[in-house]
Amino acid sequence: MLSVNALHCERDERVLFSDLSFTIKLGEVWQLQGANGSGKTTLLRILCGLNHDYEGDILWQGEPVRRQVEEFRAGVFYLGHSPAINKTLTPLQNLRWFCAVSGFADDAAIMAALAEQGLRGYEEVPCRHLSAGQQRRVSLARLALSPASLWILDEPFTALDRFGVAALERQVAAKARAGGAVLLTTHHQLRLDCELQRIDLDAPRETRA
Amino acid sequence: MSRYSLGVFGSLRATFTRELLILWRNPGDIVNPLMFFVIAVSLFPLGGDSDPAYLSGIAAGVVWVTALLAVMLSMESLFRGDYEDGSLEQLLLSPQPLYFHLLAKVAGHWLLSGLPLVLLSPLLALMLALPQDAYAPLMIGLLLGTPTLTLIGAIGMALTVGLGRGGLLLAVLVLPLSIPVLVFGAGMVQTALAGLPYTGLVALLGALLVLALSLAPLAIGAALRISIN
Repeated sequence: MLSVNALHCERDERVLFSDLSFTIKLGEVWQLQGANGSGKTTLLRILCGLNHDYEGDILWQGEPVRRQVEEFRAGVFYLGHSPAINKTLTPLQNLRWFCAVSGFADDAAIMAALAEQGLRGYEEVPCRHLSAGQQRRVSLARLALSPASLWILDEPFTALDRFGVAALERQVAAKARAGGAVLLTTHHQLRLDCELQRIDLDAPRETRA
Repeated sequence: MSRYSLGVFGSLRATFTRELLILWRNPGDIVNPLMFFVIAVSLFPLGGDSDPAYLSGIAAGVVWVTALLAVMLSMESLFRGDYEDGSLEQLLLSPQPLYFHLLAKVAGHWLLSGLPLVLLSPLLALMLALPQDAYAPLMIGLLLGTPTLTLIGAIGMALTVGLGRGGLLLAVLVLPLSIPVLVFGAGMVQTALAGLPYTGLVALLGALLVLALSLAPLAIGAALRISIN
């Protein structure tokens, strides 16, 4: 689904990764590993199209991403470090906007997604009155709403309690079983009931000629 | 299934109402530039000569310059919050046309920051002893000019949003671009005061607005992509 060919990225005259190649197929869960500062977030931002300082090819369904930007954007969901939740708006308003820029409206699904995150009764409370973990859950509720087939998640477990962590792990495994794919970074020990592929940015890679 | 496709227009309306809601929930972002507008203009009769003949001579320039500064002051809130909380990334990554979403966002912003300036201007014109014949050209000018200024300010804001507090930089970047609007806008009032027809200047301000409407969203989009990189 998403193939990366000989990806090379330098930042501040330091090579973050070089000759990085992998292919994410439907039904797979990939974990991106690496020490702090090894370029995990940079790689994810490159993959989802926020960062363009790289060399190499990124292919989506076998075609270069540049040639089919709209299809690519519709197929990928990115969850970054920042929650993309406006604190003055309520969870319902935030998620409505998220759905709208994804091209649809579905209040029933939003309510269900919020309830699933344990936020029943908080739909109309401005997000600044919610705790950090609850704000994270509002942000994660978007996973259930997104029509994208590939999830790119940057440290999705931050600020979650252990029930939230377990629920998210189940959600990731379910996404892979349902024919989607997930690429995530975390320093947390993943307990998934599905196979896990790994990319390690610290490991020295063989350079192919 | 309750899920239904919104289409581009529904999606744009969501961005527009979101902008209105956020501003409405942060009234300081609307009220501060307005207060600045009113107070700065009302200081001129106090600090300078309070002779009505003198005041009516400088009125057009004072109202226009202060409106320009108030618009720039209000721009701070346009992308700052979305940049900080990551909503901007989501907008840039959405499959929707960015051009129209930016236009919807700027339109929402102008409705609550630019339009009140237009509506308040007759009050300030009265304070500066501007003859009543000049109220119409002042308001028409501001009605056509403030959206242009908002669009130009949004380009500067998009460029500086990644730099933290870029207020002064914003002014340096954007003020030269806004000079034509200022010249034609203030000139319109002077022309009307001289008893001459000012429709040509209305057309010029309209043309500048159309130019800004068609080109500014492209520049804002490109600037945001650079800022977010």
